Amino acid sequence: MIGVEQALVGAHRAQWVRIVATLARRFGDLDLAEESAAEAFAAAVKRWPRDGVPPNPAGWLTTTANRRAIDRLRRDHLRNDKYRQALMLSADPEPEPAESIEDDRLRLIFTCCHPALAPQARVALTLRLVGGLTMPEIARAFLVGESTMGRRISRAKAKIRAAAIPYRVPSAEDLPGRLTGVLTVLYLVFNEGYLATGPQADPIRPALTGEAIRLARLLRELLPDDGEVAGLLALMLLTEARRNARLSTEGELIPLAEQDRDRWDAELIGEGHRLVRECLVAAAGGGQAPGRFQILAAIGAVHTSAPSIAETDWAQLRALYDQLIRLDPSPVVALNRAITVAELEGPQAGLTLLDPLAAALADYHAYHATRADLLRRLDRNSESRAAYDRAIELAGNTAEIAHLTRRRAELPD
Amino acid sequence: MQYLISVIDDLSKPGSTDRQPAIDVFNQRLIAEGYWVFAGGLADPDTATVVDNRGDQPLLTDGPFMESKEYLAGFWVLDVPDLDVALRLANDASRACDRKIEVRPFR
Repeated sequence: MIGVEQALVGAHRAQWVRIVATLARRFGDLDLAEESAAEAFAAAVKRWPRDGVPPNPAGWLTTTANRRAIDRLRRDHLRNDKYRQALMLSADPEPEPAESIEDDRLRLIFTCCHPALAPQARVALTLRLVGGLTMPEIARAFLVGESTMGRRISRAKAKIRAAAIPYRVPSAEDLPGRLTGVLTVLYLVFNEGYLATGPQADPIRPALTGEAIRLARLLRELLPDDGEVAGLLALMLLTEARRNARLSTEGELIPLAEQDRDRWDAELIGEGHRLVRECLVAAAGGGQAPGRFQILAAIGAVHTSAPSIAETDWAQLRALYDQLIRLDPSPVVALNRAITVAELEGPQAGLTLLDPLAAALADYHAYHATRADLLRRLDRNSESRAAYDRAIELAGNTAEIAHLTRRRAELPD
Repeated sequence: MQYLISVIDDLSKPGSTDRQPAIDVFNQRLIAEGYWVFAGGLADPDTATVVDNRGDQPLLTDGPFMESKEYLAGFWVLDVPDLDVALRLANDASRACDRKIEVRPFR
């Protein structure tokens, strides 16, 4: 029985996106692809425990999903045009060559992350159609009601159909920009898992970070030569590796400086470091200059290479932040650079760099938390307390609020 | 697949008025590449008249159906393979006429 369950879970992980992607291309309809794939898995849940796991689970699921799709089309008189009738003639299609399945999966990813869709819809569609998460799972992950999430996804699918968003890998001219969009969606999913917001949210949701990593691995498999794809995967691995050390038993966020580094996941770190080295070699070999995710991954690699906070190579980190800020001159990057400068030149130097960011980051909890920490180190306790107050007010993550509250309480009067 | 490519102007911050040569060049390209269906620029919204003949007698009202800062200044109807092509042309259209563009598919 356990064998059947494992087979079901494994088949879902491995086959969901292939089946949805292939059906979507074959029938030109995401709704039909999603529903038929879901029905095929539901049929497997019912039949495999009774009849045993078929010798070729992937083939069984693909055939079942195809038949369900054709049944649906037959029922639906509106879709009775000649093209689709022709498709219906062969209920059991020839197996697809592997290459075209890869293309189908890429097509599906790019369609779900199309810039004409609202950012929230891109995230939801990607988790549903590429990741195979159920509607209730996605709704729970983003703390919205199931009906709200359902409407968001239906609306996006309706727009894809009505506005003719193509089911296609973008042209070479559009590809770099569109790929950045895809990476941003995966990073959003990861971050929502890593630093979940909302009073009812678990502070860390491994299901979401795990899903984001799985999708990044898939993208890497499909685009093995892209440095930014490798960079994003490395960044996620190096961040995820520190997960177990980030939360105390009391549910409090533990900052990097105080983490027990023995609790970091050496295997994930090893894999992340290998990817970062690959990117460095490719860039040194005259490849494209590293983008944002590769630099962020390199920053993660520096942190995870240090045996202790004191032995961290802060000069290397500052060089990486200098490189990042040229690419992305945003106040959040400037904030992180200031933290690095404070480690090299002392808290006063860090504070001086924070001052010009005050207006842009007035509502960003990390700005106030950083200021509070630097002021504390300068013994400017009342100013520090006020900054902690503001950071706590703005922070959304329960574990982070707990950490900031303890820090504030530890300030001398 | 046909799309309505609407030109949105803003009464409080109108686009520049010297765009006709750039728009002509863009139109020539649309025709040459086979995307052109129809296009036109519109007179000011306050030249509009609203007609409502759903009741007992026709009702005429001076002015546009909706008063707003932003208004439809002109449009293209294009026939293109999909939204990606429509969006790329809309980018060029926005540059050519120095105004915002809305892309909306026909049913």
